[in-house]
Amino acid sequence: MSVELQGIVRRFGATAALEGVSLNVREGEFVALLGPSGSGKTTLLRVLAGLEGTDAGVVRVAGRDLTGVPARERGIGMVFQNYALFRHMTVFDNIAFGLRVRKHRPHHAEIATRVRRLLELVQVPELEARYPEQCSGGQRQRVALARALAIEPRLLLLDEPFSALDALVRKDVRRWLRGLHDGLGITSVLVTHDQEEAMELADRIAVMERGRIVQFDTAEALLRAPATPFVAGFVGEAARLPCTVRGGVAHFDPLPLAPLRAALPDGAATAFVRPHDILARAGGAAMVRLVRQEGGGAARLVVQAGEVVLDATVAPGESLSRGEPCRLTLRGGHVFSTTGGCVQAQPLAAAMAS
Amino acid sequence: MSGAFRPANQDSPLLRGLLLAAAVLVALVMLVLPLAAVLAEALRRGLGVALAAIAEPDTLAAIRLTMLVAALTVPLNLVGGVAAAWCIAKHQFPGRRLLVTLIELPFAVSPVIAGMVFVLMFGAQGWFGPWLQARDIQVVFALPGLVLATMFVTFPFVARTVLPLMQEQGKDEEEAAATLGASGLQTFLRVTLPNVKWALLAGVLLCNARAMGEFGAVSVVSGHIRGETNTMPLHVEILYNEYQFAGAFAVAALLALLGLVTLAAKTLLERLAGREMGGRA
Amino acid sequence: MSATTLGFGRPAPIAAIPGFRLTLGITLAWLGAVVLVPLAALALRPWELGLDGVLAVLADPRVLAALRLSFAAAALAALLDLPLGLLLAWVIVRLRFPGRGALDAALDLPFALPTAVAGIALTALCAPNGWLGAPMEALFGWKIAFTQAGIVFALMFTGLPFIVRTVEPVLRDMARDAEEAAATLGASRAQTLARVVLPALLPALLTGFSLAFARSVGEYGSVIFIAGNLPMATEIAPLLIVVKLEQFDYAGAAVVGMAMLLLSFMLLLLINQAQRLLRRGRA
Repeated sequence: MSVELQGIVRRFGATAALEGVSLNVREGEFVALLGPSGSGKTTLLRVLAGLEGTDAGVVRVAGRDLTGVPARERGIGMVFQNYALFRHMTVFDNIAFGLRVRKHRPHHAEIATRVRRLLELVQVPELEARYPEQCSGGQRQRVALARALAIEPRLLLLDEPFSALDALVRKDVRRWLRGLHDGLGITSVLVTHDQEEAMELADRIAVMERGRIVQFDTAEALLRAPATPFVAGFVGEAARLPCTVRGGVAHFDPLPLAPLRAALPDGAATAFVRPHDILARAGGAAMVRLVRQEGGGAARLVVQAGEVVLDATVAPGESLSRGEPCRLTLRGGHVFSTTGGCVQAQPLAAAMAS
Repeated sequence: MSGAFRPANQDSPLLRGLLLAAAVLVALVMLVLPLAAVLAEALRRGLGVALAAIAEPDTLAAIRLTMLVAALTVPLNLVGGVAAAWCIAKHQFPGRRLLVTLIELPFAVSPVIAGMVFVLMFGAQGWFGPWLQARDIQVVFALPGLVLATMFVTFPFVARTVLPLMQEQGKDEEEAAATLGASGLQTFLRVTLPNVKWALLAGVLLCNARAMGEFGAVSVVSGHIRGETNTMPLHVEILYNEYQFAGAFAVAALLALLGLVTLAAKTLLERLAGREMGGRA
Repeated sequence: MSATTLGFGRPAPIAAIPGFRLTLGITLAWLGAVVLVPLAALALRPWELGLDGVLAVLADPRVLAALRLSFAAAALAALLDLPLGLLLAWVIVRLRFPGRGALDAALDLPFALPTAVAGIALTALCAPNGWLGAPMEALFGWKIAFTQAGIVFALMFTGLPFIVRTVEPVLRDMARDAEEAAATLGASRAQTLARVVLPALLPALLTGFSLAFARSVGEYGSVIFIAGNLPMATEIAPLLIVVKLEQFDYAGAAVVGMAMLLLSFMLLLLINQAQRLLRRGRA
């Protein structure tokens, strides 16, 4: 089902958790709400679920206005951050709950069949008779998902579903979940503060900052063309470098970095440069602090350039070790002027060559 | 539209209003009225009469005895309670849970039985009765009996308030102190005690309030000798049975006041203790 | 090698924190002297009468009536306290209203009032001319003071905070997300309460019940003033013990006391077992 949010405002006392959020999710799409804590992403998810009221705005799912419809009539599945499994019920009873509380509850044989099918689907049929506290974190997550799917939701909401899992399990479960989504085709919205998770799972990512969606696009587009300095800094692991634009060129003085071509008006600006766009060669004013060998690719470095410490990459054909002096060149980056302009910057040499 | 939204776990305003009204009614009838009744009865014939009743020599003797019993009981139970909490919370040994159960046992025993066990041991026909009598030592119907019975009844208070907190705090800090070369006493005084001081004080207050207010246990071992083995609660009973209601309720009001002050202090201490825990979290 | 120097063929346990022996010693001495040895006296004393003597005491109609009254009144009072305690706990945890702090503090009053004070207060309240007794008698013709109803009322007073204070923390800690999850799964408010909230509170309610019951069975001070104390009708078991002691019937008193303790431990064990069944699978 498609989801349409228009101008959602939610205030808690004087502070606004959501300040006019609009979002369109296409049917069958997997969307991630990505942002730091306090950016309003969980509030937005709870508004969608009907667990949180709104002060203004409209929520439409499949074209139907859901404003004012209570959570229990929405038919939207939700996986809670800590799963919120019912502790006094077995896994079976947890999953069956949504079927049993219906006005026209299915026959209990029918319920049993459906619960078992869901347990198969989430690949934990052996847990049926256990209580939540007898299950591991990963198992609980699967049970929570099966419980949410039991009501055959039109829309599935996931609130930081991986945060309670350890790093090893997390990756597996993530891939499995994306596969499940593709198989079922349910529109899904995921809340996360982990960009890697968002990028791996979602078709599109809505980056949230202080109660607003600042950019909503594919991961590739977020990396290629960040709309604001916040997105440039939050997505990817770009270093934030202050610079000054003079005559279409960004200078990093006093940092020992080569200038970049940036067609912006003269004045102060900020450049965001990713580690693989910072290349280090032997000899220069910067110094190698740490070397981290990457499997296969070029070695990653931590270098000190003047006052700042940067992540950088060893230039092809070069070899650097700890404590050696180096010089840094930039292959590109995003430069935002303080007046609001933004360009994708290029090295001077490349610009001259073209 | 926004005003109409109600969180999923909140009831309608009407239902909430009804619940609140019912709760207030229950609290009024079951909790506030009894207290009000004591104060009203005590002051029925004026404050002067009430004060005069308290100033009677027998009443004053009862107040002194009550304070004496508490002054002996509370420190003894404080030492025992702290030792028990420390050894259960900070050490591993088989039988810990059994020990906790045994410490809480007095709560499950009727106060009358608590008094009776000492009569069975030290009374005229008790195990040690003849032996004590031969040496002219009076335990039952005298101060030692009152103190023992009160100790039995108030036995779990200190341990029970301090133990959960000590367990919650774990033993990291004590182990750190040990690696830094602190002795057991130093660790206790400098690390453990500051962490539980408010809870400990609350436990002492509760222990004291119960020690001063205990009725059933001391009633059995006291012998009710006016001016000698009569504590305040026992004096209330005597006055009441003699239809000296003004006096009975005046002394009762004094005891109720003690309870209220303890309650207020406990609430305050819990808040302080909560801040203590909050600071750690 | 180090093991042999320690004198045993196995590694010595390492106690990181000193003071274990001293504190355990104090604890055991204290526990033994004040609680365990005296209770042993209670356990041994009745057998002076021989088994037949013990059974004869127990078969005495007056003893049976007193035990029956104490246990039935305690159970009834704890049962009646359950809905009241749940209501009060719910209101102070879930509702925000002016005076909530005062109500919260007032809930501890039965803990704070000495039992003798509670006893004469409840009697004054329920007496035929009391604030509660007068209207009850005028409206319904009910007599509370000096009847079995008075005993139950007094026990309800002393037992109420046990229920409130055991349910309250569970209710407070009960994650709201369980209720929210039930809502997203389509449960109505009533269904959520019946299937999610109440079952989660059930163990706490049961614990509260058993605490209130255990306290009420042995309660003395708050009951004897309001009870009337007529043998066979309004005489509670603890009072019968006092009466027997006053007649220097130590063994008989010990029999009644032991019967009370054994009965209430058996009942508590039963409740505990039910508790365990209820918690089966839950940590």
